Amino acid sequence: MAKKPAQTNADDYLRMYRQMAKIRAFEDNANRLYLEAKMPGLTHMYSGEEAVAVGICEALGSTDKITSTHRGHGHCMAKGADFKQMFCELLGKAEGYCRGKGGSMHIADQDNGNLGANAIVGGSMGIATGAALSAKLRGSKDVTVCFFGDGATAQGLMYEVMNMAALWKLPVIYACENNGYSEYTRTDEIAAGSITARAEAFGIEAHKVDGQDVLAVNKLTTDLVARARKGEGPFFIELETYRYHGHHVGDINREYYRTKKEEADWKKNRDPITNFGKWLTKEGIASADDLAAMDAEIKDEAKAAVDYALAADYPPEEEVDAHVFSGVAHARPYLSGDAA
Amino acid sequence: MSRQITLSKAINEVMFEEMRRDPSVILIGEDVAEAGHPFKFFAGLVEEFGTDRVIDTPIAEPGYMGIAVGAAMTGTRPVVDLMFGDFLYLVMDQLCNQAAKAHYMSGGKLTVPLVVNTNLGATRRSAAQHSQSIHALVAHIPGVKVVLPSNAHDAKGLMKTAIRDDNPVVIFNDKMMYNDKAEVPDGELLIPFGVANVLREGTDITLVGTSSMVGVCATAAEMLEDDGISAEVIDPRTIVPLDEATIVNSVKKTGRAIVVDEGHQSFGVTAEIASRIADKAFYYLDAPVQRMGAMDVPIPFSPALEDLTVPTPEGVADRARALVRGEI
Repeated sequence: MAKKPAQTNADDYLRMYRQMAKIRAFEDNANRLYLEAKMPGLTHMYSGEEAVAVGICEALGSTDKITSTHRGHGHCMAKGADFKQMFCELLGKAEGYCRGKGGSMHIADQDNGNLGANAIVGGSMGIATGAALSAKLRGSKDVTVCFFGDGATAQGLMYEVMNMAALWKLPVIYACENNGYSEYTRTDEIAAGSITARAEAFGIEAHKVDGQDVLAVNKLTTDLVARARKGEGPFFIELETYRYHGHHVGDINREYYRTKKEEADWKKNRDPITNFGKWLTKEGIASADDLAAMDAEIKDEAKAAVDYALAADYPPEEEVDAHVFSGVAHARPYLSGDAA
Repeated sequence: MSRQITLSKAINEVMFEEMRRDPSVILIGEDVAEAGHPFKFFAGLVEEFGTDRVIDTPIAEPGYMGIAVGAAMTGTRPVVDLMFGDFLYLVMDQLCNQAAKAHYMSGGKLTVPLVVNTNLGATRRSAAQHSQSIHALVAHIPGVKVVLPSNAHDAKGLMKTAIRDDNPVVIFNDKMMYNDKAEVPDGELLIPFGVANVLREGTDITLVGTSSMVGVCATAAEMLEDDGISAEVIDPRTIVPLDEATIVNSVKKTGRAIVVDEGHQSFGVTAEIASRIADKAFYYLDAPVQRMGAMDVPIPFSPALEDLTVPTPEGVADRARALVRGEI
C-alpha cells in the first residue's frame, strides 16, 4: 500500500469504508427481515465480499455500466443506490427501484449505470458485453464491468462472449468473484484448470487479486478502466473472496459442504471492513472513534430505511400488466387488440 | 402397503427403487449428490449408488443436457435434474433440436430414453426467472412427452413410467407441492401416460385442471357444490400424450367446460385443450369453453401483484357460476 496516501486520498478512503459498511448494514437488515418472515421469498447475502464491489465501483464513473448477479445487493449499493429504494424493492413495495416487480434478484438502477441483477447464473455476460459494444459504436468512453461468480465460469455463454469481446477489443472487464463455492459445491469440484487461463486463451489480459483488500482491488481496477477507455480492453479479474452466509438466507445447515471453522477463520482474519478500518487508523486517516461513529450513523440510516420500507405501500393492482411492453400502458387490452 | 408421504419423498423413493432395479439409470444435475438437491428429494442417493451414478455437475445446463442425450443414446437412462423449470430456456437446443428429433431423424434407429425432472409454479415470491410454468413450450415439440403430476401418488407412478419409457420425457412438478402429502403405495406403482384421472364426477360443468391447478379446480368444485352446481374435475396427468376421450366425453355429458393451467394463457395448454373440446364436442356445448391460465405478464416479485397473476379457486368458481347461469 502507498506510503503516505492520507493527505491526498483521505476522502476516497473514507468513502470506500462507508460504502462497505453500508453494504454490510444492508445485508444484516435483509437477513433479519428474512428471519423475522417480513421479506417475501429468499435472498442471497453479499456479506464478506464488500471489498470486491466497492473496490471496483469506486474506480467507475456514474455513466459506466455494471451487470450484477443473484448476489447483487453489494454491486447495487456500491454503484450508488440508496437504502430506501433498495429495501422497498426487497419488500415488493411500489417505491422500490423496480416498483416491486423485480425483488432482490432483479434490482436494476439505470440512473447509476446498473443494468440489473440476474437470477440466471452467468445470465448477464452477454448483456455486459453488449453494453461495451454499444459504448464503442456510440463513441462513448464508458466501460462496463460484468460481475459474476466462480460458478458462472461453467456457463458456455461466457466463452462465446469473451471470444467476441477480444476479437472486437471491447471496453468490458469481466470480474469473477471467486468465493470458493458454486452454490453448495466447492469450486475446485466444478472448475477444471485455472480460471484466469480461460480468459488468457482468448488473448484477454487476466489478473488475480485479493478480493478482501479494497485498495488492491481499487488500484488494479482503476488502471484497467483507464486502459479500457483507451481501447485496450477487454480485461479479466479473478477476485478471491468469501461469502459469510450460505448460498441463500435459508441455507443454514451447510456443514456438509463448508466447515464452521473455515467460516470463522475468514471472518476473524480476512474481514474486508475490519482490516481496512485497522489500516485507516494505523495511517492516521480516521480514529477508531470516527469509524465507530460512522458505523453507528449507517446503522441508524439503514434501520430508518427498513422502517420506511415496511410501512410503504405495495404497488396498486393495475400495475400488474404495466411494463410488459415499452410504449404500452397495459398489456391485457393490448394483447386482445383493444388498445386504442 | 400404502402410507402418507410428501411429493419430495415420492421422487426420492422412485430414484432409489429405479436405480436398484436398473443399473443403467443414472442421475445428473446441479447439487444432486452430497447436497441431495436444494429441495432435498435426492437425499441419500449418492451414499448408496456412488458418484458414478449420481453425478454433480457444474452450473452448465446446456452442457450436461447434451451429455445426457449422448449417454441416453448409448445405453444409459439418465434422469436429468433442472433445478428450476425456468432453466429450460438454457437447454432448449439440446432437448428440442437433439433429444426430441434423434429417433425420428434416424428412422427409428436411435433412442433417447431420458427424463428431465423439473418444476413449474408461481407464488413462491421468486420473481420472473424462477416462477414460470413453461411446459407448453416443450409440449409444442413433437418427440418429447410431458408429464404434469398433481400429487405425490401420481408423481411416483408417473416418474417410474417415465424412467422406463424409451423417449425423452419432461416431468414438471409444482414447486409449491413438494411438501404436500398423499397416500402412496410402498414399492411398485406405474401409472400409464395418456390416462386422465377423474377426481370427481359431476353433471353441470367440467373443470379440466393440470398440475398446480388440479387442487384449485377441486376446491372450486367444493365451493360450487354449496351453490348446487355439480362439477366434474379432470386431471389429464400427462399433456403429451393427452387423454382427449375422457375430457371430450365429460364435456358431452356436462355441456360446459373450463380449462385451467398455470402456463401463460395465450398460445398455451388451455388453448390446446379448449380447441380439442371445440373440435370434438361442439354440438354438445351449452356455453363457450372457458380458459384460465396465468396472466400474460412476466411473474412479478411483489406479493401484492404476484397473487393476481395465477388462477384461484374463487376465480374458477365465479367463472363456473357465470357459465351455468348463462351469463357468458
